[in-house]
Amino acid sequence: MRYEAPDTLAGATAILAANAGAKILAGGTDLLVQMKSDMADPPVVVDVKKIPELCRITLVDGAYRVGAAVTGMELVEHAAFAKTWPGVIDGVKLIGSVQIKGRASMGGNLCNASPAADSVPALIAAGARVEIVGPQGKREAAVEDIGIAPGRTSLKPGEMVVAFLFPKRPPRSGDAYLRFTPRTEMDIAVVGAGISLALDAQGTCTAARVSLGAVAPRALLVDAAAKALIGTKLDAAALDRMAAACSAACQPIDDKRGTKEYRIKVAAVMATRAAEIAMDRARKS
Amino acid sequence: MARAHVTTTINGDVVDFLCEADQTLLSALRDELRMTGTKEGCGTGDCGACSVTIDGRLVCSCLVLAVEVEGKAIDTIEGMADGENLHPLQKKFLEHAALQCGICTPGILIAARSLLERNPDPSETEIRYWLAGNLCRCTGYHKIVEAVLDAAREMRS
Repeated sequence: MRYEAPDTLAGATAILAANAGAKILAGGTDLLVQMKSDMADPPVVVDVKKIPELCRITLVDGAYRVGAAVTGMELVEHAAFAKTWPGVIDGVKLIGSVQIKGRASMGGNLCNASPAADSVPALIAAGARVEIVGPQGKREAAVEDIGIAPGRTSLKPGEMVVAFLFPKRPPRSGDAYLRFTPRTEMDIAVVGAGISLALDAQGTCTAARVSLGAVAPRALLVDAAAKALIGTKLDAAALDRMAAACSAACQPIDDKRGTKEYRIKVAAVMATRAAEIAMDRARKS
Repeated sequence: MARAHVTTTINGDVVDFLCEADQTLLSALRDELRMTGTKEGCGTGDCGACSVTIDGRLVCSCLVLAVEVEGKAIDTIEGMADGENLHPLQKKFLEHAALQCGICTPGILIAARSLLERNPDPSETEIRYWLAGNLCRCTGYHKIVEAVLDAAREMRS
């Protein structure tokens, strides 16, 4: 294995283009485990943490841009970002232990493409997009369009995620992410639900995005669940319709963490509770 | 392929070592530098026995490539006591019998110090969450949490 640590995007894309099978190293919390267990044997590892664009958190015209390799702990400790996007922080806080978050990044969490990745439903709910660089130059995509199946992304050969682009936060808006796990810490989501919503001055929901994790081969954006909230005062009937839409969208597997039926039921519960937290945050913002 | 040459700072001293490109920081510490205070438990980031800090950030050294630490500052358990004088956390771990076999202890001490640097007055719950990435199969954690609470009290006074 060869180790490369380019300090420019152009340098990284040149190495990725010239070395089929090269792997990107950000936090390494998935890659090094895969290498140790012989699930990955890359000829070249490209450490992207010397590229400034991947390691910065910036605020441009009121909208956050978070480098794909920014560590979880750095983001959690960023008080202004955490205040603006508490639901994204809910998700990031659940990516493993303090030690894991000291290295792990949202870019890695997304590109590792686990359907149970904790930051991904929160990012989808937030309406975050990713900036991608590759042999054909730069492009943007919605976060929900990156993961396509366990371990597989829509990124083309030689492409890499550079940064997450968050929309401006309107007034009276809030987001939340909740997951169900048998343990409170250090576990993988049985179901995860991320919700972001905005209210008008009268408390009517004007915008909503609902995303579910661990209930399908990829994290889902559930439009029907969002539609059930928009235009309502987020009363119990609206939340019930949203919860039913979440259950209807699930296509889960049976495994040791939960049966298919259980996941479908718990998705509705997690989504309802996440919506209540997001509502409360929106009203207080 | 030629081994990589890495220059880094460990516990305040500039250190040079040679390593393979795919060698972990944990392996470089233990096998190249013979600093065996940092322990290997699982080797996959689940147990926290190999905890060190890099530029003040708590990480599992088993999930860091040694070549990544060029120019960084690493702190390990070997730098925790000041000569014969134990760190308050180390003293309190002994007083409270917060260890039995001791394999998890260096990692827990490094993790606890990292918490107290950020939060000098943590609650029991905050300590339990912060140390969730450090597994101990002997103590049942209660004495560890008590020792950290007591050390924090002493360090504040």
